[in-house]
Amino acid sequence: LPHPAPGAMASSEEDGTVEEKENNNKKRTKSALITAWLTFYNIAMTAGWLVLAITMMRFYIQKGTHKGLYRSIARTLKFFQTFALVEVGHCAVGIVRTSVIVTGVQVCSRIYMVWFITSSIRQIQNEESVILFLVVWTVTEITRYSYYTFNLLHHLPYFIKWARYNFFIVLYPLGVVGELLTIYAALPFVRRSGMYSMRLPNKYNVSFDYYYFLIIVMLSYIPLFPQLYLHMLRQRRRVLHGEVIVEKDD
Amino acid sequence: GKGDVYIIFQVEVLDATTKEQLCFLDKVDPHSTIGDIKSLFYKSCAQWYPARQALRLDTRGKSLRDDEILQNLPVGTTATMYFKDLGPQLGWTTVFFAEYIGALLTYLVFFFRVPYIYSHTYALTSSPHPVVTLACVCHTFHYVKRLMETIFVHRFSHGTMPLRTIVKNCAYYWGFSAWLAYYINHPLYTPPSYGELQVKYALFTFAMCEIGNLSIHMSLSNLRTDGELVRRFPTPTKNPFTWLFFFVSCPNYTYEVGAWLSFTVMTQCLPVAIYTLFGFIQMTIWAKVKHRAYIREFKDYPSVRTAIIPLIL
Repeated sequence: LPHPAPGAMASSEEDGTVEEKENNNKKRTKSALITAWLTFYNIAMTAGWLVLAITMMRFYIQKGTHKGLYRSIARTLKFFQTFALVEVGHCAVGIVRTSVIVTGVQVCSRIYMVWFITSSIRQIQNEESVILFLVVWTVTEITRYSYYTFNLLHHLPYFIKWARYNFFIVLYPLGVVGELLTIYAALPFVRRSGMYSMRLPNKYNVSFDYYYFLIIVMLSYIPLFPQLYLHMLRQRRRVLHGEVIVEKDD
Repeated sequence: GKGDVYIIFQVEVLDATTKEQLCFLDKVDPHSTIGDIKSLFYKSCAQWYPARQALRLDTRGKSLRDDEILQNLPVGTTATMYFKDLGPQLGWTTVFFAEYIGALLTYLVFFFRVPYIYSHTYALTSSPHPVVTLACVCHTFHYVKRLMETIFVHRFSHGTMPLRTIVKNCAYYWGFSAWLAYYINHPLYTPPSYGELQVKYALFTFAMCEIGNLSIHMSLSNLRTDGELVRRFPTPTKNPFTWLFFFVSCPNYTYEVGAWLSFTVMTQCLPVAIYTLFGFIQMTIWAKVKHRAYIREFKDYPSVRTAIIPLIL
């Protein structure tokens, strides 16, 4: 949540010269613009994921099956998930106080999943695991973006805060299961088609096997997932219960 | 001295997290350094040798330097210090040896095509391409030079490094060495597109950069003559390779990147290019830190200098 610089408001009324007053006005306008942009962004993303959720539900109710569901929402999903790259920009510029790297990793792993696994390997698009992680992502993102929106409007219902810091306890492992099962299902198709792979000999003297790369990706969940999960549990304790957590320093 | 009254200090060492008393030292000389106190602590608590001790005046403060003197600290005659275990430590020389010998030997394992790496028809054979042998010579020379520098040239400021960092660094050096050696020594290796001309030019620039890097290390080492009170920043000497100091603060890194770029062109191998890129990013970060430190410390620091690439970065 952006706040104007601490001294900016205080001095403007008292000793400010015309120039200082103009600078303070500029700062206030800038901070108001930033808040306006962030509010717009979060409302738009909440709306986007709501649209996705509703489209998914309508498809299932009308067709009675999940086959073809991914195809029907693929374009919308790609748009809103890719647009989330903007959040990395927010951290880099400093208008949101989160680590660029953490946000970057999270957004990139989502984008990777969408563009390089589900969208590019058609044969797995009707797997149940895809529906699983889609549902998890949708619920998580709607909760998250509405939390940010209400926060910016200074009107946060306790339920949204509660949801944001409690849903993940179940959703996060479920999402990981959905993603891992999807990648696992994709393996035989990747091997057979040799997609995204490069073999020797070639003039760059390098080779890349997407099949083994995917296996490494799956293995990397093992160290990464517990760390992220525990981090979120610690955040939860701090926000909901006001506990002071003593961080282990390296 | 502080007059005729001779004061004796007592030092109480508490654990920084649990606050329990680990050790009580009485009859401590007020002129003792923190290093002396660490040795005394080690004598009574043999579990933690001095290099892995961090002593502080409050639980979340900065660790005290080894050369600080007890009576100059803001403490009473009974000083309370908090102890933190830094974990197992290794000397810098050990660290560099592990990293460099590991990288060197790993490459040779692939060069000699140790069995089970490549298909068994190629086990223990040698590549028909001369550039592959040349690459092995260059790579080995690079790390042998680094080992020699570690023994004879470098003077290290900190004594030790934590074990976890060493494991991480070795994984990086050995891993990359294996990755690029795998492709260069592969039976299906493709020699550079522009043939001998490409290899010869790249070899020349590689040699120049290695000599340049060595020249800079030697000139930096000569900067720290013992007993001198005035700190100086490095400047160009009669050796033409040090004239890069006119343009950059850390020409040793510039030459290092140059050497790896040459190696990339010589072998025309993408993994080498990626390794060079990673190294370049890391060295740029270090160079920028060093550059800023020089500017802060020396008022007359030449303004034309950049950190690592002349006029650009």
